[in-house]
Amino acid sequence: MPSDTGPSEPNHVLEFPGGYTRSVGPVIGRFLSELRDGRLVGVRTAAGKVLVPPSEYDPDTGEDVTDEFVEVGPAGTVTTWSWVPRPAKEHPLGRPFAWALIRPDGADTAILHALDVGVFEEGAKPPRFLKSGMRVRPRWRPDRSGGIGDIECFQPEVTTINAPTRLEYELKGGRALGRFLEGISQGRILGHRCPVCEQVIVPMKGLCPRDGVATSEEVELPDTGTVTTFAVNNIPDPRAPEVPFVSAYVLLDGAGLTMLTLVAGIPADQVRMGMRVKAAWRPREEWDRTMANIKWFEPIDEPDVPFEEIKDFM
Amino acid sequence: MSRDIAVVAFAQTRHSGEDLGLAEIEMLAPVITEIKEKTGRRRFGFTCSGSCDYLAGAPFAFVSALDTVGAWPPISESHVEMDGAWALYEAWVKLLHGDIDTALVYGFGKSTQGHLRAILTQQLDPYTVAPLGIDAVSLAALQARAYLERSGAKEDDLRAVAARSRAAGRSNPFALHLPDPDGSAADHDYDVAPLHPYDVAPVTDGAAAIVLAAGDTARELCERPAWITGIDHRTEAHAPGVRDLTRSESARLAGEKAGADGIEVAELHAQYTHEELILREALGLGDDVTVNPSGGALSANPMMAAGLIRIGEAAARIHDGTASRTLGHASSGPCLQQNLVCVLSGEKNG
Amino acid sequence: MADRCAIIGVGQTAYRTKRLDVSMAGLLREAAKRALEDAQLTWKDIDAVVVGKAPDLFEGVMMPETFLADALGATGKPIMRVHTAGSVGGSTAIVAAGLIQGGVHERVLTIAWEKQSESNATWALTVNSPFTTSLVVGAGGYFAPHIRAYMRRSGAPDHIGTLVAVKDRQNALKNPYAHLKIPGISREMVESTPMLWEPIRYLETCPSSDGACAMVLASEDAAKKAPSPPAWVHGTSMRSEPMTFAGRDSVSPQGGKDAAADVYRQAGITDPRRELDCAEVYVPFSWYEPMWLENLGFCGESEGWKLTEAGATALDGDIPWNASGGVLSSNPIGASGMIRFAEAALQVRGLAGEHQVDGARRALGHAYGGGAQFFAMWIVGSDKP
Repeated sequence: MPSDTGPSEPNHVLEFPGGYTRSVGPVIGRFLSELRDGRLVGVRTAAGKVLVPPSEYDPDTGEDVTDEFVEVGPAGTVTTWSWVPRPAKEHPLGRPFAWALIRPDGADTAILHALDVGVFEEGAKPPRFLKSGMRVRPRWRPDRSGGIGDIECFQPEVTTINAPTRLEYELKGGRALGRFLEGISQGRILGHRCPVCEQVIVPMKGLCPRDGVATSEEVELPDTGTVTTFAVNNIPDPRAPEVPFVSAYVLLDGAGLTMLTLVAGIPADQVRMGMRVKAAWRPREEWDRTMANIKWFEPIDEPDVPFEEIKDFM
Repeated sequence: MSRDIAVVAFAQTRHSGEDLGLAEIEMLAPVITEIKEKTGRRRFGFTCSGSCDYLAGAPFAFVSALDTVGAWPPISESHVEMDGAWALYEAWVKLLHGDIDTALVYGFGKSTQGHLRAILTQQLDPYTVAPLGIDAVSLAALQARAYLERSGAKEDDLRAVAARSRAAGRSNPFALHLPDPDGSAADHDYDVAPLHPYDVAPVTDGAAAIVLAAGDTARELCERPAWITGIDHRTEAHAPGVRDLTRSESARLAGEKAGADGIEVAELHAQYTHEELILREALGLGDDVTVNPSGGALSANPMMAAGLIRIGEAAARIHDGTASRTLGHASSGPCLQQNLVCVLSGEKNG
Repeated sequence: MADRCAIIGVGQTAYRTKRLDVSMAGLLREAAKRALEDAQLTWKDIDAVVVGKAPDLFEGVMMPETFLADALGATGKPIMRVHTAGSVGGSTAIVAAGLIQGGVHERVLTIAWEKQSESNATWALTVNSPFTTSLVVGAGGYFAPHIRAYMRRSGAPDHIGTLVAVKDRQNALKNPYAHLKIPGISREMVESTPMLWEPIRYLETCPSSDGACAMVLASEDAAKKAPSPPAWVHGTSMRSEPMTFAGRDSVSPQGGKDAAADVYRQAGITDPRRELDCAEVYVPFSWYEPMWLENLGFCGESEGWKLTEAGATALDGDIPWNASGGVLSSNPIGASGMIRFAEAALQVRGLAGEHQVDGARRALGHAYGGGAQFFAMWIVGSDKP
């Protein structure tokens, strides 16, 4: 029966005031007393089997069990399970969970209990890792009173731990990059000319990685260039407008090396090596000290550059 | 296999206790330029660096550092995610067997841009220790307490180490210039008891570079090369509860293997005052040994370079003729877990 | 000048998407114990440990070899940690070999690993700082334009990458440790998978794996006592170049050419295709096989794809590449380079099992990393150098 049906305001209640008083006898009593102490015990049958929860008789033969109690588990193995996607108010857990038969280590029988496998939205499908054979352990209540509910539920054995780490930094981009972004914030693309190889490095780093020397001669470059090579990306990325999108190496006119940028304003399957492009700037009022001022590069109406002229910039 | 290998040049930044707004490579580049000028070499047979991604807060901190070297044409190069002292060890091994005569070693770190204590927590056992959130200073304080109780040393003895180190640091142009612990109210406060603020090395940005050379090349590049007569490093188990925190067995072993005797000047990578006392004992350094004339890590502790700087400072005492047998030490991990000892000599220089 | 160095033990874990059954220590010990067992040694026989892995952000432990030191039997011994990006597995083996070649130690345990499932590879590789100016979308997004440039330069037909994707996965079916096992793998299957980063299809990319690989390296004296035939190191080399600079060839980087020339010189090799019997080469995207065939001098420029197309690099070809299934079949990033080095050693020891190349006596192990800017290589042989 679906758990969410039934009258919201019952017109009849059958309830023994204060709850029933039950005597548990020596075997269940021992079991619950041990539970209250935080231990899980079973009882041995004459045939040598260990029953958990214990009963006063061997369920196979009806013979009395021995008086030997055996501590088992508390870890155990799930032998079968069901999954409750929408818990009822009587259920021990208020979120989707499993019922499971669990055979504690050292026992020959299984105990029924709830199995909490984590946080799921109401209506969730059973998680794939929930399986028979899964190893589980009880979650003990801190205040126990001698009832099966002293175990709040079982839960999977620890196989992974969640390790949130958050480290906070105050990063500085450095002087060269700071100057570059200052230029970008004014709509200018700045580079440095290396005094040794005389190539223009953009964005500049204050040094030439090839020659290992400091650079300081500033050069302003136009915002036009040539696509040397590119990828068509079909995996969404928050920095790109949609899929497919094109990430391309663009050789700015006058630069010695390429920059990796987005190329848009043209269907992805029409982007070409050698295609001429120009930066598409965001509206001036949105400019900040960030490369995001340039949305992407888009084609301009100029003939493609022959492959021979760009093949050494890849 | 044996080959005479020496520290022939050493360069370091003027270390800073605050972020100067430089990117790591902008901090490092002048040091690389300086050491190239000192040796007159632009290319080296091997290059090895030490750095740590967690200080930069991003992966591959060492990749952009390569831009400072001028790695074109391509160079023979490697990197350790450790203090530059271990990069020096790797370069020393390469010089032992490779067809090369020189090696460039560097280390760098900008500790000011993150919360160093929290970052160092990430170095601890991730199952049972790091989740407690314990930080490096708290762990060091546990070790300090254990050491004080075992040795009978007092907090004043720790303060004396701080006072001597800071005084030395104030005459070292590259170190931070920190005031004498004078018993002011701030000094009375504990950082994590029994450690006071002055017992703890300052958070520092900086970089350093060393050039190693073999045989005659060393003699060409340096008037008084600091010959490495022994270098060794050892580790201990990680968990603080499974080792004797009051002694440094790994430093003792490394010192023994490196032949740490007859030392005149020792540069110890003690990041807390009690570590210096533990290390002195482990390395058998008596009162006649001058310890940390540079001010040591207690006056400037740029992570990933501070150990390399100890070797550089120890070598510099031989380069400048003030000592003929010195020791540089580096440590890594919580509570001196791992230690490296490098013994340097000027005796072959006649 | 260098002392001889032998590989006397190799150990690998099973490579899987998630090795939830083991801790980090358990993962490393699984590989290390197998390597020790192969060499019939115990932890106490080891003089030093050299560990390699890619960025610490994968597992979220800074310098994890610190807490793993005693799990690796290193108490009272030297332990080092190498990190050279994707080439690190190879560099780590080379650093460990150096300790033998320099006469510093007799027996060194070296191990490289990654447990990528503790976080997410794309995140760990591309944490962007507030000042990041480039737009790189995963490793595939970075390498796809270079592959396109290769195709254009060489005139290679579109299906070459597919051939490699099929061949390496067929090889993986013969490797008990391999991660991706795709029975019935075929060109049609590869071509039916989506373009992730055109021109790279889904099945032309490497998986993300948990795993570790370990080796025991030994001096000539120590190798005499080894129970199985050792592999001998005939040469090692590393080269690095900056990621971007004016005039850089990112498609066939000079660093790779120089490292290859150096390691061939040491091993006395002038014609690698003829003189080597097989190669384990870092091919994380299928097109990198023809690209590296050229870069490593197995053929002339623009000829690499013809070797692939002709089946020269297949298990029954004249120069099998990645008989193990390669990076395309198993990729615990920090370990991937060492797996190449170790598989090369297994081949020349004759211990590669079902994917053994008949009569292999000399093999190349290769790794690269960063923006195809860090290279590590070794050549190993059955005979003493």
